[in-house]
Amino acid sequence: MSLDDLTRTRTQRTLSLTGQLLSALRLDGALLTALCVTAAAGLAMIYSASGGSGALLRAQAIKFLLALAAMLALAQAPRRLIRISAPWLYLIGLLLLLIVMAKGHTAMGAQRWLNLGFMRFQPSELMKIATPLACAWYLHDKPLPPRWLDVIVLALAIIVPTVLIAEQPDLGTALLVAAAGGMVLLLAGLRIRYLIIGAVLGVAAAVIAWFYLLHGYQRQRVLTFLDPQSDPRGSGYHIIQSTIAIGSGGAFGKGYMNGSQAQLEFLPERSTDFIFAVIGEEWGLIGLLAILAMYAFIVGRGLYIALAAQDTFARLAAGSLSLTFATYVLVNAGMVAGLLPVVGVPLPLISYGGTSMVTLMAGFGILMALNARRRLVGK
Amino acid sequence: MPRNVRIKDHYGEQRLFLQRVLALGGVLTLAVAVLIGRLMWLQVARYDYYFDLSQGNRIRNEPLPPNRGFIFDRNGAVFGRNTPSFQLELTREQVPDLDQTLVNLARLNLVDREEIPALKKDIRSRRPFDPVPVKLQLSEEELARFAVRQQDFPGVEIRWRMARVYPLGASAMHAIGYVSAISVDDQKNLDLDAYEGTTLIGKSGVERAFENELHGVKGYQQLLVNAQGRNVERAGLSLPDLKRQDPVAGDDLYLSIDQRVQQAAEEMLRGRRAAAVAIDPNNGDVLALVSTPGFDPNLFSRGISRQEYQKLRDDPDVPLYNRSLLGTYPSGSTIKPFMALAALQYGVLTAQDTPFCGGTFRLPGVSRPWRDFRPEGHGYMDMRRAIEQSCDVYFYRVADLLGIDRIHDLLDQFGFGKAIGLDIGGEKSGVLPSTEWKAKSFRSTEQQRWYPGDTISVGIGQGYLTVTPFQLAHATSVIAMRGKSFKPRLVRAIRNSATGKVRDIPAVELPTVTLKDASYWRVVIEGMTMVTKGEHGTARGSSATAQYVIAGKTGTAQAVGVSQYENIKAVTKTLEERKRDHGWFVAFAPVEQPRIAVAVIVENGGQGGSAAAPVARRIFDAYLLTPEALAEQDRLGKSPGIAMTATGSGE
Repeated sequence: MSLDDLTRTRTQRTLSLTGQLLSALRLDGALLTALCVTAAAGLAMIYSASGGSGALLRAQAIKFLLALAAMLALAQAPRRLIRISAPWLYLIGLLLLLIVMAKGHTAMGAQRWLNLGFMRFQPSELMKIATPLACAWYLHDKPLPPRWLDVIVLALAIIVPTVLIAEQPDLGTALLVAAAGGMVLLLAGLRIRYLIIGAVLGVAAAVIAWFYLLHGYQRQRVLTFLDPQSDPRGSGYHIIQSTIAIGSGGAFGKGYMNGSQAQLEFLPERSTDFIFAVIGEEWGLIGLLAILAMYAFIVGRGLYIALAAQDTFARLAAGSLSLTFATYVLVNAGMVAGLLPVVGVPLPLISYGGTSMVTLMAGFGILMALNARRRLVGK
Repeated sequence: MPRNVRIKDHYGEQRLFLQRVLALGGVLTLAVAVLIGRLMWLQVARYDYYFDLSQGNRIRNEPLPPNRGFIFDRNGAVFGRNTPSFQLELTREQVPDLDQTLVNLARLNLVDREEIPALKKDIRSRRPFDPVPVKLQLSEEELARFAVRQQDFPGVEIRWRMARVYPLGASAMHAIGYVSAISVDDQKNLDLDAYEGTTLIGKSGVERAFENELHGVKGYQQLLVNAQGRNVERAGLSLPDLKRQDPVAGDDLYLSIDQRVQQAAEEMLRGRRAAAVAIDPNNGDVLALVSTPGFDPNLFSRGISRQEYQKLRDDPDVPLYNRSLLGTYPSGSTIKPFMALAALQYGVLTAQDTPFCGGTFRLPGVSRPWRDFRPEGHGYMDMRRAIEQSCDVYFYRVADLLGIDRIHDLLDQFGFGKAIGLDIGGEKSGVLPSTEWKAKSFRSTEQQRWYPGDTISVGIGQGYLTVTPFQLAHATSVIAMRGKSFKPRLVRAIRNSATGKVRDIPAVELPTVTLKDASYWRVVIEGMTMVTKGEHGTARGSSATAQYVIAGKTGTAQAVGVSQYENIKAVTKTLEERKRDHGWFVAFAPVEQPRIAVAVIVENGGQGGSAAAPVARRIFDAYLLTPEALAEQDRLGKSPGIAMTATGSGE
């Protein structure tokens, strides 16, 4: 028996031990690894973007660990429980949104969260998961593609929370909630003609929203997106500075902690919504492509899980969660790169902030709980 | 109960789902492709453009204002130098609320509340990114007062700058001038880039005339700045390569002024309204340029307050006014030597002719006679004695014989009635009347005509003739040099501060006054020597005892009708004093080898022999004697002071 054989055997043994542990915890090893790598890269970038702030780094690390715990816990939930609780979660979320709205009205200003004493809770974050789950629940025992009545019910189920959240006002989250619900519809096989009708209605809704629903600053954001130079010191400043940051990074970047746009604070919100520009400045095109590749892997893995699912609910929920995650990434990157208007959407797993991190990881926990393949192999 | 129940087709649904995943995946891939295309556009195609923008963001060119050149007297005494000081500067684009900021600064007593509107106008007139000084030369106490509140004043900074200091205070200040904060008006004719970071600019005198030489060349220092415009040490881990170009200090100026002479004159004239000009006839060097009262030019370089300025402006003694160049007075009898030269030149009288002076002079057809200051007259006078005793009737006759235009033609050559060309400019030309002048200067035909009677009083320096002390000093130097003369100058050498080389400014000779016979000069100079040495000399008391021979001429100019105070709110009780005559004295010395020529006027000082001649004597002593010899003379009590009464026979 050679040393080589021994090593291989030990490696194999370790691997199979890890595999056993993961499957006992009902976790998907590949997905978990990708999530952790991305979050670690995020921690490194937050450290740089905050000018070497150990405090911010520690705070975010703790938030990630909390989010990881949430994921772990949700991964244990039985699929049936998830499915049954989906409509209740949705209704509770809706109720909380109304409470927040009422509180916001009395407080004469924007309010997005409820103070639970030990933490601030944003019902809109709950809706990011509850809406697609509820949609999937509604369709789970119906034949697909959905009929027009079902489409209308679902459209209402999506539009109500979306409008409530947009009025908070939180356009970014509203769009993501709408996207998450919409994804379920699309995945369920929504007929193309409904899609066209929906698109027409959507345009009409956009026109109405522009004149009646959007807040002045939200309109300004869209206008500024169309012509950032019109207001270079005001709302256009974000876009100008972030394109400068990305462009000046070049193919290979200025080097870690060497990005002058970020380090000298020209780039606003560099640890949160605009951290994508910091990566582009310090790591260049190579760094951005690497990050996008990580995201692509995560999305691909999620879709893989969805495809392997055995029932409609799991399929639709897992697919929607994965695709919403991709939307998340594209909206943030598109806005930072100047392709989309500035809406407050963080870069998932990387931007500083606990709420979205917990929501995202919870989503991945549910995704893992829905992972039929793992359970079949594991048990 | 035909409820339309469709059977779930699991296989079909799975296939549909796969189709949809593939379709949405395709859409996502397309979106990612667009995103990557955008990133490549930004980071590869337009990399240079964005890199330059990010460089421009982080590097700021901080101007390094040059050190202003020093100003020395001819022997190296310092008239103007620089001293490091702290000042408050405000950058408009970094101030959130300009009005509130200024009010808060006023609350800290760092700016005058009344000056806020003017300050605001000034700040608004600048480029928004240029720092504007709002308070110069902070005291340590003011510095501390601001420093503790600095965080309440974004956009207001304490800056270390070189401030202008005049260590001798008011001495020679009318010649040197002063610097003051760059005003709204200054900016119109200013290269703003060259003056970036510079606070002060020359406003008068040498400081203004030689601004280009004194200012120097701006340098710059690249600074790493953050988004707030604050200077930072490093960007993350990188220490960029920052360029620096040192400023080039302005050139130092060596003035022709001799501080000892200047100070001697100032001490003699302290408390008077007076002017004195001393010129070296051999090259035009202005040895002293005095106008009293003056003021402390440091007031302006440290930022004068409104009250201080109003006090200066409304002072009935007009300290802001440079009498030596701008004061136009009747010359009085100091014009007589020039009249004598004209008489000889045009042959209307010889030096030996002795017309009779009976105390009055009459013109045919004019009932009112012209009176001599001595009612009983001087008797028979030749030219030398007429100068010595300042006989008016003699010169009435000379003027009458010459006619105004011949007087004009000769006196013009001495520089009367025009600017002679002092290097700092600012001369008034006075009036040298002629028929042409009168025709041009008056409106009605009646007034435009020159009457023979107009000529008579010009003979004794009254009437239309007015001169400045500076013109008289220059004209006297022409006599001293027997016709030769130089363009007067205050700056005689410029030291290049970069190379240390001193460049002498060559003396510029003016056209020589040529007389038909050179002996005419001797006649007049002998007459002027008798003024100080002769038995009846009008300046004998102050000048006879000098250790060298002085040639001079006293004069008394009527003050009534002189309109220079018209716009001044003179207090009525001083009006009587202000009706007294102005005392003049012009002189040069030593008579054979002239080294210095002066003109002194003491406003309302009475007779020139008593009021002005001792000042001239003191100026001569200060210049011609060694300090030791002068001290010895003072010790022996042989230095006539301004308080001493002349023992001469008067005028």
